[in-house]
Amino acid sequence: MKQRERLIEALLALSAGISVLTTGGIIVMLAVEAAHFFRQVPLGTFLTDTQWTPLFADKHFGILPLVAGTLLTTGVAIAVALPLGLIIAIYLNEYATVGFRNVIKPLLEVLAAVPTVVYGFFALTVVTPFLQRLIPSMAGFNALSAGSVMGIMILPLVSSLSEDALTAVPRALREASYALGATRLQTAMRVVVPAASSGITVSVILAISRAVGETMIVAIAAGQEPRLTANPLVPVETITTYIVQVSSGDVAYGTLEYDTIFAAGITLFILTLVLNNVGYWFRQKFREQYE
Amino acid sequence: MGYAATHPLRSGFLKGTPLLLALLAAACGEKSTSQKISIDGSSTVFPITEAVVEEYARQHPAARITVGISGTGGGFQKFCRREIDLTNASRPITDREGQDCQRQDIDYLPLTVAFDGLVVVVHPSNTWVKSLKVSELKKMWEPAAQHRILRWNQIRPEWPAAEIHLFGAGTASGTYDYFTQAIVGQRHASRGDYTASEDDNVLVQGVSTDPLALGFFGFAYYEANHAALRLVPIDDEQPGNGTGPVTPTVETVKNNTYAPLSRPLLLYVSSVAARRPEVQTFLHFYLVQAPHLAREVGYIPLPATEYRRQQTRFDEFVAQQR
Repeated sequence: MKQRERLIEALLALSAGISVLTTGGIIVMLAVEAAHFFRQVPLGTFLTDTQWTPLFADKHFGILPLVAGTLLTTGVAIAVALPLGLIIAIYLNEYATVGFRNVIKPLLEVLAAVPTVVYGFFALTVVTPFLQRLIPSMAGFNALSAGSVMGIMILPLVSSLSEDALTAVPRALREASYALGATRLQTAMRVVVPAASSGITVSVILAISRAVGETMIVAIAAGQEPRLTANPLVPVETITTYIVQVSSGDVAYGTLEYDTIFAAGITLFILTLVLNNVGYWFRQKFREQYE
Repeated sequence: MGYAATHPLRSGFLKGTPLLLALLAAACGEKSTSQKISIDGSSTVFPITEAVVEEYARQHPAARITVGISGTGGGFQKFCRREIDLTNASRPITDREGQDCQRQDIDYLPLTVAFDGLVVVVHPSNTWVKSLKVSELKKMWEPAAQHRILRWNQIRPEWPAAEIHLFGAGTASGTYDYFTQAIVGQRHASRGDYTASEDDNVLVQGVSTDPLALGFFGFAYYEANHAALRLVPIDDEQPGNGTGPVTPTVETVKNNTYAPLSRPLLLYVSSVAARRPEVQTFLHFYLVQAPHLAREVGYIPLPATEYRRQQTRFDEFVAQQR
């Protein structure tokens, strides 16, 4: 009996170990390959140069244009997903009847089940032509269209996590608010949302981290030109798109050009790691404790 | 490299065929010496020759044809040393190479099998670009333009001060080599801040949806999407070669006035090989299949009458060898 227990424990530890080992392996691989890169390109140049042209005659290794592209598409996505997701969460939590809510919630989750490549083509062939009718000067590949569709993609993440946070607000707070004569809107906006703000913030941080790492939508619809710009109407290139472009091309293994994808990869990794940890830290620090 | 890189459909599964054909023939116990045809030379012409060989092998299982890639120059060397029967060439034979052949007492005949052409295109709503000089294209694409030439009015002052959005072949494609060689004057030298893709469909999509775009890619992709793009006539500023800007059409590509972005793709036959019946059969088959296979691999076929003329020239050449 005792032995069986031990065996099961070992199996459980192994399962947990595999995920940790995989993460460890990825970090080591990224670090080793990126070290090759940083032996030839100083970190200062990497972080401050405003051009990224490692495959061309006049080589520049500044990650900023790729980071700018990533942040721009992510920013657009959050600008779409945060207000919409929050409104949906408030509506479902404070206004909708139980029956309606049970229908609409699974439907929202369907958005998360759509393959990202489908979102990519949706952005390129439906959203972009539509937006071009409103803004004729917009380019065919642009951050606005890719970002908006990415916002739709992360909408369920924001709305369901925010809704959980709203649900966790104790009933007593709402009742106190109503007792003071507040309307439903006043209660929602001035009592419930502030009380759930830490959970909502965490949902947004996780959504940002998801958007930063998103690949397919931006690779298809945002363009492939590294450009240091805040203009969402022109083609940009994200870190993920660059990695796809190089790893599917003919760049020879072991060259400096090839190592750029690891430098880009580790930048992306650090970006999402920091975001996730900020989210975790935020939840620990600012969690409102009631009862 | 030709368009091999941009045509995964062809290039992918064709690479192994020479070996496969050889194995196949060996397996059939073929008495092969007389049936063997060896081809080498340009990698640009390779896709079309390889496509023809593949079709031919389907209909003549006894044939043993190998196609190598040692470049146009390497091909001519072997050709004049009698090591191969036919050679693919993306330029005519030079005087020096010709003398090598004469020394070996080899006469030869160049057959034009297709044209390789690149088009420069803009969005249909672009009103200002009526034509471009080669020097302007160079100013736009050379490495020195990187981060500097960003607006249309930097090319010609009367053009709008709007941003210019460039789309072009990625560094892994033969189209890129060819364009940089022809326009910048040096292989593999261009600016890096443009939308670079090995997938020509991405470039078509980019230019056709962006009013400020300018791009270049293979002629075949323009033909398939001509409604969504506008061709830019090119002026090479060499009056001997057609005066003023020239629009790429089958005609201007054929008579070489659309320069420097077009070139004929050639196949050289040696007088020794031309005497052999299997070479004659193969070349007749080649010239019959070339029109549709050229298109399939992304090149411009000659007009049908021109292929018949090539047939006649070949037949005359064969007759001379008797």
